[in-house]
Amino acid sequence: MRHLLSIDDLTREDIERILDRAAAFEEVSHRDIKKVPALRGRTVLNLFYEASTRTRSSFELAAKRLSADVVNFAASGSSVEKGESLKDTVLTLTAHSPDAIVIRTPYAGAAALVASWTTAAIVNAGDGKHEHPTQALLDVYTLRTKLGSLQGRNIWIVGDVAHSRVARSNILAFKKMGADVTVCGPPTLIPRGIEALGCAVRYDLRDLREADVVYALRMQHERMDQHFVPSLREYAAQYQINGRRLGPRQVLMHPGPVNRGVELSGEVVDSPQAVITMQVKAGVVVRMAVLYEVLAGARDERGAPRPTEPQLA
Amino acid sequence: MTPHEPRNGAAGVRLVSAPARPAELLLRDVHALDPRNGLDRRCDVLVRGGAIAEIGAPGTLSAPAGAETVEGEGRHLLPAFVDPHVHLRTPGQEHKEDLETGTRSAAAGGYCAVIAMPNTSPTIDSAPILGALLDAAAREARVPVGFMPAITRGLGGHELTDMAELRALGAAGFTDDGRPVADAGVFRRALQYQRLCGGVLALHEEDPALSGKGAMHEGTVSALLGVAGIPSVSESTMIARDCALAGYEGARIHIQHLSARESVEVIADAKARGVAVTCEASPHHLTMTDEHVRGLDTKRKMNPPLRAESDRQALIAALRDGTIDCIATDHAPHARDEKEVPFERAPMGTTGLETAFAAVYTDLVLPGTLPLELVVSKLTAGFGLLDLFVPTIAAGEPANLVLVDLDAEWVVGESGYESRSENCCFAGRTLRGRVLLTVAAGAVAYRERSTILSVPASGSGR
Repeated sequence: MRHLLSIDDLTREDIERILDRAAAFEEVSHRDIKKVPALRGRTVLNLFYEASTRTRSSFELAAKRLSADVVNFAASGSSVEKGESLKDTVLTLTAHSPDAIVIRTPYAGAAALVASWTTAAIVNAGDGKHEHPTQALLDVYTLRTKLGSLQGRNIWIVGDVAHSRVARSNILAFKKMGADVTVCGPPTLIPRGIEALGCAVRYDLRDLREADVVYALRMQHERMDQHFVPSLREYAAQYQINGRRLGPRQVLMHPGPVNRGVELSGEVVDSPQAVITMQVKAGVVVRMAVLYEVLAGARDERGAPRPTEPQLA
Repeated sequence: MTPHEPRNGAAGVRLVSAPARPAELLLRDVHALDPRNGLDRRCDVLVRGGAIAEIGAPGTLSAPAGAETVEGEGRHLLPAFVDPHVHLRTPGQEHKEDLETGTRSAAAGGYCAVIAMPNTSPTIDSAPILGALLDAAAREARVPVGFMPAITRGLGGHELTDMAELRALGAAGFTDDGRPVADAGVFRRALQYQRLCGGVLALHEEDPALSGKGAMHEGTVSALLGVAGIPSVSESTMIARDCALAGYEGARIHIQHLSARESVEVIADAKARGVAVTCEASPHHLTMTDEHVRGLDTKRKMNPPLRAESDRQALIAALRDGTIDCIATDHAPHARDEKEVPFERAPMGTTGLETAFAAVYTDLVLPGTLPLELVVSKLTAGFGLLDLFVPTIAAGEPANLVLVDLDAEWVVGESGYESRSENCCFAGRTLRGRVLLTVAAGAVAYRERSTILSVPASGSGR
């Protein structure tokens, strides 16, 4: 695999291979010295045009645990604020010969565009409202750990689907792994035509009990200014996942950060059904596996890393 | 009438090009096709002094002294195309296009005249700017250019331009193209004012409250890509409003770049009620859909956006039944660095003059969807809607001719463009139908580089 741009580019086998390798890396994170030399001498560039704490730190940690050198480049305080174009920035940074660029931008397709300008491997860490493939991979990883297989499982994604790259990547990934996906949210925040991704659409939580997994999306406050929903109170009344709505055998997920009292009530965040911290934990090993995949593992058919002999794909 | 100021039918509209030597040409054994007068046969066409002097059976006409002979070998000779909707980016955006490169691009596409839009910098909204442009065109334009100044000052949507003064100076009509006249009251006053100054109002139809920050057609592809959509109804509801107002005021309007099925229905209905409305569709909306935007190629970002297959089929049906009056390119050049940005950041627009005929011929005529005659009549109809001339192949008419090789295949962009910009949505596609020679307002405006077959005639005529 040359780049990770979209879940759409992956087969079920690709996903399983990456997640198997992530499981192998899990062992590393239990060691005293949490580091393997798999990517020693490689440079990973984190290029973030949007604020991010967990995704960026998780990528940074993943690269460092593989012994790669990491350069962080944030849009604020950089030449971007002086009006440099994305292309010029990428060409300039490419002059430092990074082996991989992890990029987040507010624009759909930007990661793919960057892939056409540089020889580095590109990992999409979020492109606008399009996709966030490593989030989907870590969510599948978490569910595999929790439930075993996703085959035949019923997953509800609840909230602002229209503005969510997490929703788009997860619908694709969950479908690929054999799950049935339903999206549910205010009609103003369900994009016209989303059924084309192979999911069902509901506008209320009446049948939420069908779900094996409830995946709540973050309700962003700026959507309130744009009047997509009348009020946060009304949103919470209709769509909040709370103790009354969440069944005892349902798994609860959220990409974080959580707005307690809006999309989730406090009691479900702290309930045993919630796997939110497992998701964050999975982020590091899954991103290790992704970096390994694009930089070293493409020709390794055994599905497990060979930490001392990295090969460039 | 001078050769570079063609007959235009409407008092006062100025179409201007640089002085050029009137053509003396013998087009030998061409297949002349003019759907308006039924001409559809192999013949010789003699052009003298920039006008069609004679049409005779193949091999019967001889070139007079000094005339050039072009061996047609049965290739098609069509009335040259006209485009009521192009962006020549002058003044102020000459890094995208200027009058010379834009009209060279037009000539290379088989166009004998074009109308330039006013969304320049500054806006074409006052007599001095229009006057300066007409003067510049008389030095630089390779084919005649007319200008449509703005309906409202600075395209601001609030104050009308000095329409009567602009019209007296030669305005071809008025348009705020690129934007709608969102305020119905302002638009109504422009319609009323038309009774004084004439001039069709050409309208970019879009309700900004519905299109919002959309960057592509709202549908399954936009849902998949997570790109904000521009719904079809943002166009059709505005057209419905404007047709109602035009009908009420008895005014004439022309709807630009129709893209949606709903819009076709609204216009068919308005036409049936007797509203004086005409409309155009672009080659890209007739041949491509939002499926072509899956790769987020910024060359395929335009406004209105490429829509669904059902919309495309509705446009084709409307071309066939006459609801759509003409094909216009909306040629919209942008510099390479302006388009080499993420899709949502890129400016709207594709170039189109050099590919219009070949795209429509390849995708609609070759598969048998539309007859060649219909396509030619729609590519030549745009100026008639503005009371300007309609290119015709007949003895005594000014020579506005295009020689095309319908069998020639070419890859769009492979050998560059005549336009200064390269943001063509057909880039990389293999198309059939190549323009070999364009005669505009009686002068040779374009010759295909490698193909031209001409030999200077000797006195004997052969």
